[in-house]
Amino acid sequence: MNYFDKDLAGLHADLVAKKISAKELTQATFDNIKATDPQIDAFLNLNEEAALNQAAEIDQQGINANQPLAGIPVGLKDNIVTKGLTTTAASKILENFKPVYDATVTEKLANAQMITVGKTNLDEFAMGGSTENSAFKTTKNAWDQTKVPGGSSGGSAAAVASGQVPVALGSDTGGSIRQPAAFNGIVGIKPTYGRVSRWGLIAFGSSLDQIGPMTRSVKDNATVLSAIAGHDDHDLTSSTQAVPDFAADLNDATSVKGMRIGLPKEFLAEGVNEDVKAAILAAADTYRKLGATVDEVSLPHNKYGVAAYYIIASSEASSNLQRFDGIRYGYRAKDVKNLEDVYVKSRSEGFGEEVKRRIMLGTFSLSAGFYDAYFLKAAKVRTVIINDFKAVLKDHDFIMGPVAPTPAFGIGDEIKDPITMYMNDVLTIPVNLAGLPGLSLPAGFSNNLPVGMQLIGRPFDESTLYKAGYAFEQNTDFHLQVPTLGGQN
Amino acid sequence: MNFETTIGLEVHIELKTNSKIFSPSPVAYGADPNANTNVIDWGYPGVLPTTNKGVVADGIIAALALHATVEQHTHFDRKNYFYPDNPKAYQITQSDKPIGHDGWVEVDVDGVKKKIGIAEMHIEEDAGKNTHERDYSYVDLNRQGTPLIEIVSKPDIASPAEAYAYLEALRQRIQFTGISDVKMEEGSMRVDVNISVRPVGQKKFGTKTELKNLNSFNYVQRGLEYEEKRQQQVLMSGGSVQQETRRFDEKTGETILMRVKAGSDDYRYFPEPDLPALNISDDWIKELGDAMPEMPGKRRERYVNDLGLTDYDAMVITQTKEMSDFFDATVALKADPKMAANYLQGDVNAYLNEKQVDLQATKLTPANLAGMINLISDGTISSKMAKKVFKAITNGEEPKAYVEAHGLVQLSDPAKLQPIIDDVLSANPQSIEDFNNGKKRAVGFLVGQIMKQTHGQANPQVVNQLLMKALQK
Repeated sequence: MNYFDKDLAGLHADLVAKKISAKELTQATFDNIKATDPQIDAFLNLNEEAALNQAAEIDQQGINANQPLAGIPVGLKDNIVTKGLTTTAASKILENFKPVYDATVTEKLANAQMITVGKTNLDEFAMGGSTENSAFKTTKNAWDQTKVPGGSSGGSAAAVASGQVPVALGSDTGGSIRQPAAFNGIVGIKPTYGRVSRWGLIAFGSSLDQIGPMTRSVKDNATVLSAIAGHDDHDLTSSTQAVPDFAADLNDATSVKGMRIGLPKEFLAEGVNEDVKAAILAAADTYRKLGATVDEVSLPHNKYGVAAYYIIASSEASSNLQRFDGIRYGYRAKDVKNLEDVYVKSRSEGFGEEVKRRIMLGTFSLSAGFYDAYFLKAAKVRTVIINDFKAVLKDHDFIMGPVAPTPAFGIGDEIKDPITMYMNDVLTIPVNLAGLPGLSLPAGFSNNLPVGMQLIGRPFDESTLYKAGYAFEQNTDFHLQVPTLGGQN
Repeated sequence: MNFETTIGLEVHIELKTNSKIFSPSPVAYGADPNANTNVIDWGYPGVLPTTNKGVVADGIIAALALHATVEQHTHFDRKNYFYPDNPKAYQITQSDKPIGHDGWVEVDVDGVKKKIGIAEMHIEEDAGKNTHERDYSYVDLNRQGTPLIEIVSKPDIASPAEAYAYLEALRQRIQFTGISDVKMEEGSMRVDVNISVRPVGQKKFGTKTELKNLNSFNYVQRGLEYEEKRQQQVLMSGGSVQQETRRFDEKTGETILMRVKAGSDDYRYFPEPDLPALNISDDWIKELGDAMPEMPGKRRERYVNDLGLTDYDAMVITQTKEMSDFFDATVALKADPKMAANYLQGDVNAYLNEKQVDLQATKLTPANLAGMINLISDGTISSKMAKKVFKAITNGEEPKAYVEAHGLVQLSDPAKLQPIIDDVLSANPQSIEDFNNGKKRAVGFLVGQIMKQTHGQANPQVVNQLLMKALQK
């Protein structure tokens, strides 16, 4: 079976009514993944035995009607650690690495009785926008297997889009949830920085990373975010803000009435594909019809975001990834003569090209003599970008725009050209720099490839984004389109 | 040519907290390798540090104790370098905004008082430990994450003797706050030293060398003395001092070249993104300041001015907070301050040295010491008897009960002593004659006889008085 026909509420109702057992659902999920994954390569690793045991246990206890996620399968991006289940971050340096603890989100999903069916593919250490940087496999776009699924949460996006799982978690440092969600025609949120604990997320850019759900609908997304969000004593950057029941508010398709929406002119500037532009302008009209005001606004420093981001994220990454040194865990090179050899060879052989590129970029940016001109300057740019958003969001409920300048590009098209690849993130990166929530949802098609829309909100105001997303969904049918994948049940 | 010397000291102090600075693992010694570690200490993928608030409090206390300004808006930084005992390949420390800056301590070298500036102090984590065998090296991460305070001096120290005095002042003040044991022999205080000399009048500092393996204050002073002389000789013979690290040899007292420093290391410091900035409130600083014990300098003043101790006695008593607290408690129980000070410096210190223990590890209590001193003061026992009583109180016995149980009570009642004296006099007419002939020695003999009769319990002063009265009749 696939998950095209039922949302989480529907699945929950079936489970409660015993139309299907958790074990049957889990088994059917594995059957479908095995049938379809050879075409899209979304999963790196399946958790079959433990998942089926967990499902049987949940069946035995009986599905709790107040536990909306009980017995429902979920996929986890493979940079989220899972106790006893291989976690690689799609890197050779962590091949066969079995963590001894669970990430907070892993634990929260388990407490909600969701069933982790496997780990999804990503760009190595979440560095990339196409999932082509995985050391193990290249995931394909669910709509067209010659296209990239986006990245770095490409595995999670393709898994949800192809109906393998109803939910997957991704992580987003510069667009890694929102862009693959857009490329695959699904819903993804990068929550406010601090909304979801990072404990157990293998760090890339610590001041930017956030975990978020990827789903087929806004309401599903809201349900899962409520389950994984909240303060965590393990993560001092996690917020103590109360976590609303986001999905509970989603019942009014006209809730955007009277809202003021900002549409930054920079988001539709040169480099943005015409179909993408048209989809966003159409979406603006939809909102106007629903009684909202859409104003052209400006985020004048948006264009500096990419440069600042690649300095900050790479600097943090260069430090975060030093722990992969071949000493305590992970890959260690053979034929080493001394300590320096252990470090240099293990890391040279264990890391891929893109990861090494960013480690070098970050190391350089933090070096004595360059720190002020690069890292410090980037940090200042970050403040300026934060202030741009603050100014617009002062009198606008949220900002709308595209997720990415183009729909999914072809596998192999951009991988040799890092700068072009980096520019794909121009519209998502500033949101991470500012720590704001960003929701990506389907808003059109271009040559049979999905086009995504991004809604950006005030800090900890995911509620408004979900309401606006829900209203858009109720008045359009883009999210109801599904890809056809050969070999599907 | 005349030279002036500039010495810089970096002192690491290990804090006495229950858990580590960024992980809940216990801080404890003697555990099996890696027993006191968890995923955070291993630098495991996905882990995050959490700040032990107690360590921040200790940092504030140290700053206050060293007259430094507390930096109220501060944060942690990462210091990046690869080494097997450094599992994250970065140390979480403070570079940009140390928790305390611009402090000082006062030292006294040969009666000359001088303030030595402290540039800054910061809180940071310790590394683990590597041990090497023939074919393998082992990493023990028990020490990884142990909280440290690093205290960096200003270039005010002008002689090895001042360096010694500075360390002693630092040790004492920190010891009094109770945040650390500050014991070099146990590694809870570690000292890195650099020294340079320059011709008097030259503005620019000379090239400095760093010294390693200085495991006591004495070695610090001796190492610096050797190095000071060596650098002077190099300059006088027309050579130049190289920037290098030298090892102090405890046997010969010389410093030996370890390695030449080529350029400086680049640690690529940047703000630790996993930990929120620290905002230290005025209230918190005040609360910690109010709860701080009286510092040794204040106590010395009080001992000299209010209790009549000599400067020397006051200095010895304030070596450790435990000794000083013990003294205060003993005096509070009405013991004579001078006697209390004498006992602490004499019998008590001798006992501690003999047993190689700290005061707090013994069964001695201020109540029992005061009890014993008061028994001496009121004449119940003699100082000679007190030797026995002291032994008893080291075993935790209550002095009065002990004295009574062992019949050690001094015989001071003239009504009881007089018959004994009379007996002794009538038994020794020769001595009376000797006395009358001016032989004062006879008194000693007679006292001895009386003491013998009373098994040493007679109060010598009373005996003397009564005897003289009888002889001069």
